[in-house]
Amino acid sequence: MNDIDNCTLLVSVLRNPEKVSSLSLSQWDLLLRHARESRMLSRLAYEVYQYSDLENIPEKVQMHLDSAITFAKRQRQVVKWEVRRITEALHELDMPMVILKGGAYVMADLPAALGRVFTDIDILVPKENIEAVEQGLFAAGWVTTHLDKYDQRYYRQWMHELPPMLHHQRKSILDVHHNILPETSKAVPDARLLLNDIKPLDGAGKRYVLSPADMIIHSATHLFYDGEFDHGLRDLLDMHDLITAFKTEEKFWQQLLTRASQLNLGRPLFYALKHVKRLYHTDVPDNVLQSLKQGAANSVVLSLMNRIFSLALRPPHSSCRTISSAMARQFLYVRAHYLRMPLHLLLPHLVRKALRSDDK
Amino acid sequence: MRLADLSFDTYRDRLAGRGVVLQTGPFSIEIKSVIPAVVDSVWQLYRDYPCFEDNSFADFHIDIRQPNLFRRWFRPQVNFFFDDYAPFQPLPLNDAFPLLEWGMNWCVANFAHRYLMIHAAVCEKNGRAVIMPAPPGSGKSTLCAALVLRGWRLLSDELTLIDLQHQVAVPVPRPVSLKNESIDVIKHFEPKAYINRSFEDTNKGTIAHMRVATESVDRANECAAPAWVVLPQFKQGSSSQLVKKNRARSFMWLAENSFNYSVLGKEGFEGVAQLIDNCDCYQFTYSELDDAIAIFDKLAEQT
Repeated sequence: MNDIDNCTLLVSVLRNPEKVSSLSLSQWDLLLRHARESRMLSRLAYEVYQYSDLENIPEKVQMHLDSAITFAKRQRQVVKWEVRRITEALHELDMPMVILKGGAYVMADLPAALGRVFTDIDILVPKENIEAVEQGLFAAGWVTTHLDKYDQRYYRQWMHELPPMLHHQRKSILDVHHNILPETSKAVPDARLLLNDIKPLDGAGKRYVLSPADMIIHSATHLFYDGEFDHGLRDLLDMHDLITAFKTEEKFWQQLLTRASQLNLGRPLFYALKHVKRLYHTDVPDNVLQSLKQGAANSVVLSLMNRIFSLALRPPHSSCRTISSAMARQFLYVRAHYLRMPLHLLLPHLVRKALRSDDK
Repeated sequence: MRLADLSFDTYRDRLAGRGVVLQTGPFSIEIKSVIPAVVDSVWQLYRDYPCFEDNSFADFHIDIRQPNLFRRWFRPQVNFFFDDYAPFQPLPLNDAFPLLEWGMNWCVANFAHRYLMIHAAVCEKNGRAVIMPAPPGSGKSTLCAALVLRGWRLLSDELTLIDLQHQVAVPVPRPVSLKNESIDVIKHFEPKAYINRSFEDTNKGTIAHMRVATESVDRANECAAPAWVVLPQFKQGSSSQLVKKNRARSFMWLAENSFNYSVLGKEGFEGVAQLIDNCDCYQFTYSELDDAIAIFDKLAEQT
């Protein structure tokens, strides 16, 4: 793989894991670091072991891959166990509990769960139940964080989630959402639409995941409306896996398009499909992209945004950092704030955060 | 090639530039720093360690640097960077070298799940290893330092790595970290020991590191079969007492002091059970190091 530039090394290997036999030791070094910083080392390990012979993987590299697989296996167990604890804590409430993102991939046993690592678990519940949910979790050992009054108000009044909850013994973190975008965001969808279409995980009728289309749209919205691109390549791989798993279903693409327009989230979906195709060569039909593009912004804005996303969607590692990639990230961070809140709320919020940043 | 084979100037330039890659046990670690305390301490304590001319691969990439330009003069700080990521809050600049040592432990503890990792000292004599898991303050490092100054081979003073499949302890010999009173105790015990300068007022008190015997560094590829688990307890004025402990209790010592027992799941449980089966387990109370060593030597001579 001598023709590959440093910043595309990781995605090239993920696309063609059988080609690692031609990697030099210094490329392996960089690959491990990029994968680790992108939170994809465990996934890389699974791919490389599945598609490449052991003798093509240097022994010192295997040590890291083995370690990452051991860690990912344990995380998968822990996630399942935590979800059971959460289910128990909310058992008495008559409402659906929807598991989001990584936790959902694990619970629904989707390919995107392979080697997926977690920092927290995310759930979605109906807004009218949010207080009861918080109380139920509190009784089972989860306590709120961000005790500062202003932070509490920030979350409770403006955001789409409670302040993160921390289990006081296990130190696991739980994010309880009632929507997938902040209440103050212009693009905030009607959460009831999402809840109306959820799919049960088991016969018990308590635990759910989003519908296939909503799962993809949520992941796209999360990445492209949020300023966090450190795990951008991982999130895009999630979407690649979801699309690959669901596209065989009849009318999948049609449903995805319809849903994006119902939720008014066609734009982040467009960006996601565009970049998942560019980076992971996902099989996205051109007419789907074309149709989303028509509903999105004008073409000058779109091509500029795509250029910026391309710069930001690199391993978050100094070997891939340039002035323009740093500016792209900075721009996306500011943009994410702007998308979260209107300016008359955002500016006082940022001033407040800036004044406080010293006494953390 | 050993680190000491470089000229000091080459070493310092490399540490400031592309980094110096040292080998300790199974791990190669690339270190970068321009902070004088780090430059001098690494030079003194790691002089015998294998050092690579070729930087193309390292298991861990570490940079010890000042995080914030604006605080270079006012209460200067230092941070540990693992690649580009800083897992800890910055510390006062004074703690730079201890931070490097803690950081190296952090790397191993987080990314070496191929092994069962126990927070314990481990030393070898006559091919057999003693594992000493103990909470801070129990005199584990002091006892470990004394043993290695009297002919035991150091595998590690903090991180016992067990290859569960082969049931052997894998050496990661690094400088022995001495705290507070232990520093003078060891200086008196063996005036010839090389003990690096002390770093005062770190969040673990005063810390100084003892250089490891060349032999321990050279034999870092030789694993040793664990034969004893000993829980040491320093107790002022007590006589030395080695009391046999039951295996169930000792199992828990190892599990409780392990960094990744739960990560390893079933394999961890079965591995620790097997390890305990292969060992005699003791609780050891002592106050005199010479006494303690006589008792350990006697253990090592039993067949």
